[in-house]
Amino acid sequence: MLDTILHILVPIAIFTFIAAFTLFAVYAERKIAGFVQDRLGPMETGKYGSLQTIADILKLLQKELITPSLADKILFRIAPVIIFVAVFTGFAVIPWAKDFIPANTHTGLFFIMAIISIDALGILMAGWGSNNKYSLLGSMRAIAQMVSYEIPVGLSLITVVMLTQTLNLNEIAIGQGILTNGSIKFLGFWEVNEIGGFFAWNIFQAPHLIVTYIIFFIATLAECNRAPFDIPEAESELVGGFHTEYGGIQFAFIFLAEYAMMFLVSMLGVVLFLGGWNTPLPNIGAIRLADWTTGLAWGIFWTLAKSLFIVGIQMWIRWTLPRLRADQLMSLCWKVLTPLAFICMAISAIWRILIIA
Amino acid sequence: MIFKTASHAFRTAIKGLSLTVKHLFGARRSRQELNIKNDNYFDRQEGIVTVQYPAEKMPIPEVARYQLQVDIDDCIVCDLCAKACPVDCIEIEAIKSPEAIGKTSDGSVKRLYPAKFNIDMAKCMYCGLCTVVCPTECIVMTNEYDRSSQKLTDLIYGFSDMTDEQVAQRKAEWTQFQAEKEAAKQK
Repeated sequence: MLDTILHILVPIAIFTFIAAFTLFAVYAERKIAGFVQDRLGPMETGKYGSLQTIADILKLLQKELITPSLADKILFRIAPVIIFVAVFTGFAVIPWAKDFIPANTHTGLFFIMAIISIDALGILMAGWGSNNKYSLLGSMRAIAQMVSYEIPVGLSLITVVMLTQTLNLNEIAIGQGILTNGSIKFLGFWEVNEIGGFFAWNIFQAPHLIVTYIIFFIATLAECNRAPFDIPEAESELVGGFHTEYGGIQFAFIFLAEYAMMFLVSMLGVVLFLGGWNTPLPNIGAIRLADWTTGLAWGIFWTLAKSLFIVGIQMWIRWTLPRLRADQLMSLCWKVLTPLAFICMAISAIWRILIIA
Repeated sequence: MIFKTASHAFRTAIKGLSLTVKHLFGARRSRQELNIKNDNYFDRQEGIVTVQYPAEKMPIPEVARYQLQVDIDDCIVCDLCAKACPVDCIEIEAIKSPEAIGKTSDGSVKRLYPAKFNIDMAKCMYCGLCTVVCPTECIVMTNEYDRSSQKLTDLIYGFSDMTDEQVAQRKAEWTQFQAEKEAAKQK
């Protein structure tokens, strides 16, 4: 009985978090966009416009659900649900703190890759179901982009998994801090089990993982359909792409899924490369900074802080770089990121054999 | 080739990112200088440029091409402004007077009553030609610019201060004067 209640409460808690995060992130995004462009951003609703996103969501909730008369009604209606559920389910296997994880499975990473691929299906359903040429064009671009960029993402994940030898995200996170049982070597030569901190993060355990993380970051940015890889949405040319025909709560769900995806990939990157819930502060002799800042509350804090920082970088990039052309997008993926990821994977294999084992 | 392009893309991306982050942190201050007449207006390139309009306003010249204002006491109802107007937004109806009504502030003699002096600011293109041709300089542009309204008809400004009875009375006076003149001719 208690288990059942817990199984209901955990998704509700995650959903509440995603909704709150989205409200906050949209506000933050608009403020950052404003500041970068020497504007103020929202200022009128609430103090410094802080109630702006709440007003927005209230407006969206009140809106009528309009289905275009020529749309494929079934596909059109279920597409936002599929898009959101695909991203939402991904949160099931990501740890927030040590053993504080909705579902502690051995195939966590594989599960995330599988479930996020369904997102592409939902986007295709939305574009096709809308029966609108812009939507279809946008969703076709989105599929091409997401399928292509799945490859560098997958390869960079394999690069990490080769070193960690587990797909369980909880164990991957444990292996990057003072709580580990195995040995951690900073850049492969300096034992840092006792010191912990940022020295123990995966990204510093093997230097090629820095390159891998950059590949992962760029590729996941494309997976989220975020600028500079936002040609599927391309407000200025495709009027929003696959979600052109959506309004009200359906649009809200697509939007929610987009921001949830941003947070999901940031969190995944943090768990795989940036130490997950482990503290960035190292133990320095008697000053046990790492010991002091490890625990359940600290773990959640570090996960949140690191993920939000990465989300901030995503926003910063969005408001700096112009959109890539479709051919540039593909050549970046196939000619730069994929070969680099393969090289990193090969280095990982050699590293595993020569340095760790 | 591909490495060259990739490294170039990377370098330019870093350049752009450092530029935007500079503006992001520069946004803690807002630009103080609002008056474009001041010499140091273009010196500060960083900081918020937004002017939150109803709360703060930019300094404007005292007389520029904003709302029209007519000082009806100085108007000799010559109709020149209505003729000069390229968009015909000025509508004037004059009633002749048997004798001189009075003098304007610059000494011109008034011989016509302004029964109607309407300016439709919704049509006005703010060219200022009416103010140029006015012989008594009674039609001017003021520094008022925020006169938005809910109804389009609110934008038709009536400057005539005559009531309907006065208009009728003046018309009657003129008809009587005409009749008297006609009668005098007949004799």
